Amino acid sequence: MIPAAFFLVLSIVLFALGVAAFFIKRDLITMFMAVEIMLNAANLAFLTFAKSTASLDGQVIVLFVITVAAAESAVGLAIILVVFKRKKSIQCDDLDVMKG
Amino acid sequence: MALPLFFILAILSAGGVVGMIVSRDRAHSVLFLVLAFAALGGVFGLLDAPFVAAVQVLIYAGAIMVLFVFVIMMIDQRDGRGIEKKKSVGILAAVLAITLFAELLLAVREILPGMGNAGPVGGAETARLGSLLFEKYLYPLEITSILIIAALTGAISLAGKKGPK
Amino acid sequence: MTEVFWLSPFVPGLSALLLFLFGGRLSRRWIAAQACLSVLAAFALSLLAFIGLLGPGHGSAPIVKELFSWIVSGSFSARAAFTFDPLAAIMGLVVTGVGFLIHVYSAGCMANDRSPARYFGLLNLFTFFMLILVLASNVVLMFVGWEGVGLCSYLLIGFWFEKPAAAAAGKKAFLVNRIGDTAFLVAIFLVLAVTGSAEFQDLAASVTGGRFPAEMATLVAVLFFIGATGKSAQVPLYVWLPDAMEGPTPVSALIHAATMVTAGVYMVCRMNALFAFSGTASLGIALTGAVTAVFAATMALTENDIKRVLAYSTISQIGYMFIGCGVGAYSAGMFHLVTHAFFKSLLFLAAGSVIHALSGEQDLRKMGGLRRYLPRTFPAFFVGAAAIAGVPFLSGFFSKDAILSRAFAQGRYVVWVLGLATAILTAFYIFRLVFMAFYGGDRMAVETKAHIHESPSIMTVPLAVLAFFTVAAGYVGLPAVLGDKADLFGRFLAPVFVNVPVHGPGPGTEWMLMLLSSAAAMIGITTAYVLYVKNPHFPHFLISRFPALYTIVNRKYYVDEAYDAVFVRPLVRGGEVIFEHFDKRVVDGALNGAAAAAGAAGKGLGLLQTGLIKEYALAFLIGAVLFLGFLLM
Repeated sequence: MIPAAFFLVLSIVLFALGVAAFFIKRDLITMFMAVEIMLNAANLAFLTFAKSTASLDGQVIVLFVITVAAAESAVGLAIILVVFKRKKSIQCDDLDVMKG
Repeated sequence: MALPLFFILAILSAGGVVGMIVSRDRAHSVLFLVLAFAALGGVFGLLDAPFVAAVQVLIYAGAIMVLFVFVIMMIDQRDGRGIEKKKSVGILAAVLAITLFAELLLAVREILPGMGNAGPVGGAETARLGSLLFEKYLYPLEITSILIIAALTGAISLAGKKGPK
Repeated sequence: MTEVFWLSPFVPGLSALLLFLFGGRLSRRWIAAQACLSVLAAFALSLLAFIGLLGPGHGSAPIVKELFSWIVSGSFSARAAFTFDPLAAIMGLVVTGVGFLIHVYSAGCMANDRSPARYFGLLNLFTFFMLILVLASNVVLMFVGWEGVGLCSYLLIGFWFEKPAAAAAGKKAFLVNRIGDTAFLVAIFLVLAVTGSAEFQDLAASVTGGRFPAEMATLVAVLFFIGATGKSAQVPLYVWLPDAMEGPTPVSALIHAATMVTAGVYMVCRMNALFAFSGTASLGIALTGAVTAVFAATMALTENDIKRVLAYSTISQIGYMFIGCGVGAYSAGMFHLVTHAFFKSLLFLAAGSVIHALSGEQDLRKMGGLRRYLPRTFPAFFVGAAAIAGVPFLSGFFSKDAILSRAFAQGRYVVWVLGLATAILTAFYIFRLVFMAFYGGDRMAVETKAHIHESPSIMTVPLAVLAFFTVAAGYVGLPAVLGDKADLFGRFLAPVFVNVPVHGPGPGTEWMLMLLSSAAAMIGITTAYVLYVKNPHFPHFLISRFPALYTIVNRKYYVDEAYDAVFVRPLVRGGEVIFEHFDKRVVDGALNGAAAAAGAAGKGLGLLQTGLIKEYALAFLIGAVLFLGFLLM
């Protein structure tokens, strides 16, 4: 039997890694991928708690999260495509239109 | 039996994420991430959530990552700028990530011992999941479907625009 | 009948309001008629109230009518209340009666002015405030009237405000008055501090009851009197009155001869208990009055503008009134106030008629022989001049004699000598004026001579009425030698001045004093005759023999210049310095500095908005980490 604590620690590790990835990478797509990592870490935490409190609601939430994440990535990637077409670059340093 | 399996899957997913971070090539990053998500699906299975695990592998590792792959292929940029140049930002990020990790651990340390065991027990919980979805969480379900349609429309209209010639 | 007295201020007040609001739409005739009739109505009310006082069945206590409770603040309260007694009755009659005649005269003389509504509105407003001053039952309400008439005076002196001289004169009048008003205000505060009440009755009771400390009484009396020197143009605050002649002549007659300038005298009489209690203050008042009388009379000797001669004359005559009050002869002072109101306004209005006839000429050196051209103005002027000179059987003689004989009887010989000297000078300068203007050869410019015309009836009839009273008014205040009951005026006012028994001189002394006064008048007139009719070149000869003395007197002893150098310039300069260093640097600096600081802060904060997502996310993360850390503590 696996102690539930291990799952939670794994979730925290993955979340911290996702945060690090967000700041270390420079292009938009990879940064977006880091966001997905963080979402997954959260999903893992939800499931852990669902199991340890023996309720299925946690799983339902995870289903919703996955669905929304899917929709969000579709739209987000479409936006990135448009940005690339306009600015010819997806390096976030080049995207400073909102300056000032 | 379950414990070693857990550790293998955990190392695979964490390793996949680390691999994603250190790869220079975007395509490599994506592939590493696919590995990570698949392993994560396995972990979900260990948590007695077979349906969610299936969904994870199908949708997340299968569909969303494929989307990412498509977009990466479409965007042709080869200037090799992968990792943040400024050392200061990288170090700051690392420090902050470690601090965050520590803080989160601190936050949960009290409940960790009392969480009991979580191993696969088996039992077809999917039917119960279905009835939960369609009874208690019907409202969010319907709204989420509308959300998907909206996202669909939005993505198509955005990506379908012709850029400047 | 007496109960109607309190309505009298409000009729002219209402008229003034209507004229200010709707004057632009009314015809000239209506404006003049409304203004005159409203003052006539006030006069009628005053007359009715006065007659009521004459009848039997009135105790000697004054009637008080409270209008409303005005200020109630902690332990201090002042009510808006009027009081009516013989003193108020007399003053009210003078203000409304003479005021009415002057309103009628104005209708003729200001007929073609550009702003009749403003003029008559201001005259009515002045009457309103003056009556408030007269009828007030407490010193705070009196101060309201006091300030109000000062305001109207400023507005009327500067009536033709496009003339820089007029605007400056108005400003000067108001500012100099303000100095006096400050003293007045401090005196009010002290009265409140000592007695706890602003009512005149309470003040009198406190003084006679021995509850008012002696030194404090002297201080308060002196402060009130300083206020009076401002309003009534005595030394040292008289400098505004000659300049005030820039205003229209009826204004000079009403405000600066008959009524406003006598407000100081009225105030002293009103608070006679206080002033009588403080011997020091009374002596000071008498001396100030005497010195002012002589001083102003000397300045009238060399003045060449017809109105300014009369202005200095007014200052001098009010000095007489204060002599009366200062020696305790309050009713004598009031008597002279009444007779002066008649003959001085007569003189001013007649002078106005002369100026009108000469199309604006005011310089005596450019007049002469006018008695041939102005058959109705000349007799009126002559009567007024004779009265002020103290020619026997005219009112001025009786009132002046009343004051001087009381002064002599009280042992105030210095005051008496100064008063007698002033009488000689008065007779001299006023007949100098008469002879220069009406006798001798014509010195007018040809242009002016071509347009000479006597004034219309609307102007000459008031002159005649005033002349009548100038002659007749003396007979209500005959000296005691002519019979015990002769002094009707004094007996009427006796209840007001109960605490001030004044000894008249013995019969022999009285006759002698009357003889001396008459002689003084004769000396003055004869000297003037000699100098200005018989030997017209003699004055020039004198001037050339004593050029320095002449210049000093002619330039009014350089008082205005002295005030300017000592007070005005330093204050103005001080204001400029403060403006440069405080206003510009500190005040503006603070304001601009605050604005600059806000701008800099904005710019500084703007640096945070780089537009780079990662930096925003970094900030977010730092915040989250810190917050979590804080929660975990």
